[in-house]
Amino acid sequence: MTAGGVTTHAGAWIRQNLFRNARDSILTVVFGALLAFLTYRALSFVLGEDWEIQRQNMRNSLVGPEISGTDLWAPVIGIWLIAAAVGVMIGALDRSQHADQPGAILDPLRPAHWRQIAYRTVARLWPVFALVVFILLLTGSTTGLLVTLAAMALAFLGRAAGVRLPLGSVRWAALATALAPIVAVLIIRFGFGIDWNDWGGFLLVAFAGAAGIALSFPLGIFLALGRRSKLPVMKGLSVAYIEFFRGVPLVVLLLIGSLVIGLFLPRSLIPSEPIRAVIIFTLFTAAYFAEVVRGGLQSLPEGQEEAAKALGLPAWRITSFIVLPQALRNVIPAIVGQSISLWKDTSLMFIIGLAEPLRLASAFTRQPEFRGQGLITLTLFFAGLIYWIVSFTMSRESQRLERKLGVGQR
Amino acid sequence: MTAAQAPARARPPLWRDVRVLRVVGQAAALVVVGMLLAWLWSNLQNNVDSLGIPAPTDFSYLNQPVGQSIAGSDLRPTQSRLDALQVGLVRTIQIAIVGIILTTILGVLLGIARLSQNWLVATFARIYVELFRNTPPLVVIIFIYLGMFINGGFLPRVGDAVEIPNLLAADIRGISVLWVSFTDSPWPYLLVLVGAIAVGWGVVRWRNHVQDAQGKPTYPMLSGLVVFLAMAIVGWLALGGPTELSAPSVAENGRVTGGNKLTPEYAALLIGLVLYTASHVAEITRASIQAVARGQDEAAKALGLSAGQRLRKVILPQALRVAIPPLSNQYLNLTKNSSLAVAIAYVEMTRVTSDLVANGAPAFQAFLLLAFLYLLISLATALITNFINGRLAIPGR
Repeated sequence: MTAGGVTTHAGAWIRQNLFRNARDSILTVVFGALLAFLTYRALSFVLGEDWEIQRQNMRNSLVGPEISGTDLWAPVIGIWLIAAAVGVMIGALDRSQHADQPGAILDPLRPAHWRQIAYRTVARLWPVFALVVFILLLTGSTTGLLVTLAAMALAFLGRAAGVRLPLGSVRWAALATALAPIVAVLIIRFGFGIDWNDWGGFLLVAFAGAAGIALSFPLGIFLALGRRSKLPVMKGLSVAYIEFFRGVPLVVLLLIGSLVIGLFLPRSLIPSEPIRAVIIFTLFTAAYFAEVVRGGLQSLPEGQEEAAKALGLPAWRITSFIVLPQALRNVIPAIVGQSISLWKDTSLMFIIGLAEPLRLASAFTRQPEFRGQGLITLTLFFAGLIYWIVSFTMSRESQRLERKLGVGQR
Repeated sequence: MTAAQAPARARPPLWRDVRVLRVVGQAAALVVVGMLLAWLWSNLQNNVDSLGIPAPTDFSYLNQPVGQSIAGSDLRPTQSRLDALQVGLVRTIQIAIVGIILTTILGVLLGIARLSQNWLVATFARIYVELFRNTPPLVVIIFIYLGMFINGGFLPRVGDAVEIPNLLAADIRGISVLWVSFTDSPWPYLLVLVGAIAVGWGVVRWRNHVQDAQGKPTYPMLSGLVVFLAMAIVGWLALGGPTELSAPSVAENGRVTGGNKLTPEYAALLIGLVLYTASHVAEITRASIQAVARGQDEAAKALGLSAGQRLRKVILPQALRVAIPPLSNQYLNLTKNSSLAVAIAYVEMTRVTSDLVANGAPAFQAFLLLAFLYLLISLATALITNFINGRLAIPGR
């Protein structure tokens, strides 16, 4: 009975969604064949190729060729730190969101909740887990496995701690999460003394992306406020800045940063190449953030500002406590979208010759044992996969956030 | 009396007077920015002096000979650097126009497919969008160029060219496609074509008008197309066949002859830009269609319009209005992203500039000029968009 019911159900679904009429059936056959062919090609590529070149160069892909030996602990410690902080953050958020129904809070220390925690984590982060599993299976590295397990355990314990924090501490947890990458960078750069020029691979682009977002966001808010200002000088300067950086391609700006900036500074003040790239990313993205924030400011009813004025609040308090929090909330998805853009833009460090994953990918194929075998398809695929997985995960999170905030549905 | 009782309104002290503070604050901002710029400028002059390179205002380098040729162009090494830059500018604009046309076609189709009731079609479009939207365009371009064309075996060696007879032939030197070229001056026939488009468009308007007035189907698009084709064919015959088809073919020795040859660099750049930007255009199309109120589609259905008619006459025109600002943004992005050509050695505006700088042109002036040219392109795009937006906006909203 149930089996029959399911069959008719499935049959009806197939008829409704795949073979409604003749035209539909043709489309189904054509696209079915196309999808099957592409899936077959993709699978035979991933499973059929000899990934030895990527296996031997995995460490280079992740942190660059210059970091080795005990220095490898620097990025590992950074990852652990960030994992723990994110765990605390998620726990604290979970607790504050279910403040009125404590039973719904997922506590990692209660085995009854493990299944649900695992289920939700995998549902949200499966692309990242897939990448990690791929890397671990490929390299077969026990150290890698232990490092990964330790990071997961830290996130787990962090979440347990986050759930136990007092209710009002979400913003402190958020601050700690934001500080964790900064501390990680400081540990790698100064704790282990790894020179900026030695950063490479995934570590370099992750650093450039994160630093770019963190630095350009405040600058962007400042520019957006400037553009909306009634003071002609502030407005003029902001508009000139924003339109210049939005009108010129990032490639050109990076080339300027690489070849021209040095002419504008005294020799002793010229930063190293990766830092110059980060500065350019910051200046560039700030112009785009400014436009996003301006959108948020314009979406706010004027009554908010007028009411605050009527209460006698001084201007800077109106901006920082009334206007900005609401305006930023309205554009969170656009902010995430802009961050994804910046993440993708970090690949442009290829053009100025930095040890970014794409450049490393072509460097691997020049190693003596792999030279001239056309292996660049493999290494480029892996580099692209890293970029894709991070931005795909971020874009899924942004869509989730959009649904949760109900933006566009009011 | 009341006036006497009210205390005279004293002006607040200067440091608390908003009017004064505004002026002072803005003056201070100007001074700070001015000082920063002056400092940078003086550094620039010091550095330029100590390095012995031309002064930052000296653009005479543009008149010097390039000293090298550009692949696929008839620029001679004796021509000036300005001429080289012009070749680059034309190529940037050309790849932008071709790219925008192809992106629009692919992106709109994908956007519509994304909303298809056929599950497989919708899934295919969704996978496409998720795949390309989240991959950096540089990765797409380099993967196509190095990973597929140069090393991946997609393009065979010289002497082993593959072909789709009369349409396409390819080897590692390039992809040749079927192309129409003019036997002599193209202008007479182009004028005929422009006239045919104008008359055909007039017929469409007229048949539409009749259809609206009489309520009977008059097939406006079809009749317009027939008139256009008739004029185009008659004109072609009258001018004695001014065009000739150049079909690519693989000769006995396995080499490609005929057709229009696209170098692997150009093809990779174009395909990469189109594949990447189309994923964004698809999302814009989908969102714009979804932004059209449901009632519009239902009302059109109630009037008895077919699915195609509803899409063409009711949904898409309204969706277009929503789509234009983000679309123009994507077109501008595509244009700016054409500068990614530097990574694969396709010579356009950015590559010309960086080559000039590598060959001794002063970096500051060269890149200033390049940034200025891109700003001009951005400005032109913004003006065109505003014009179209103004024409399409619903009056009174």
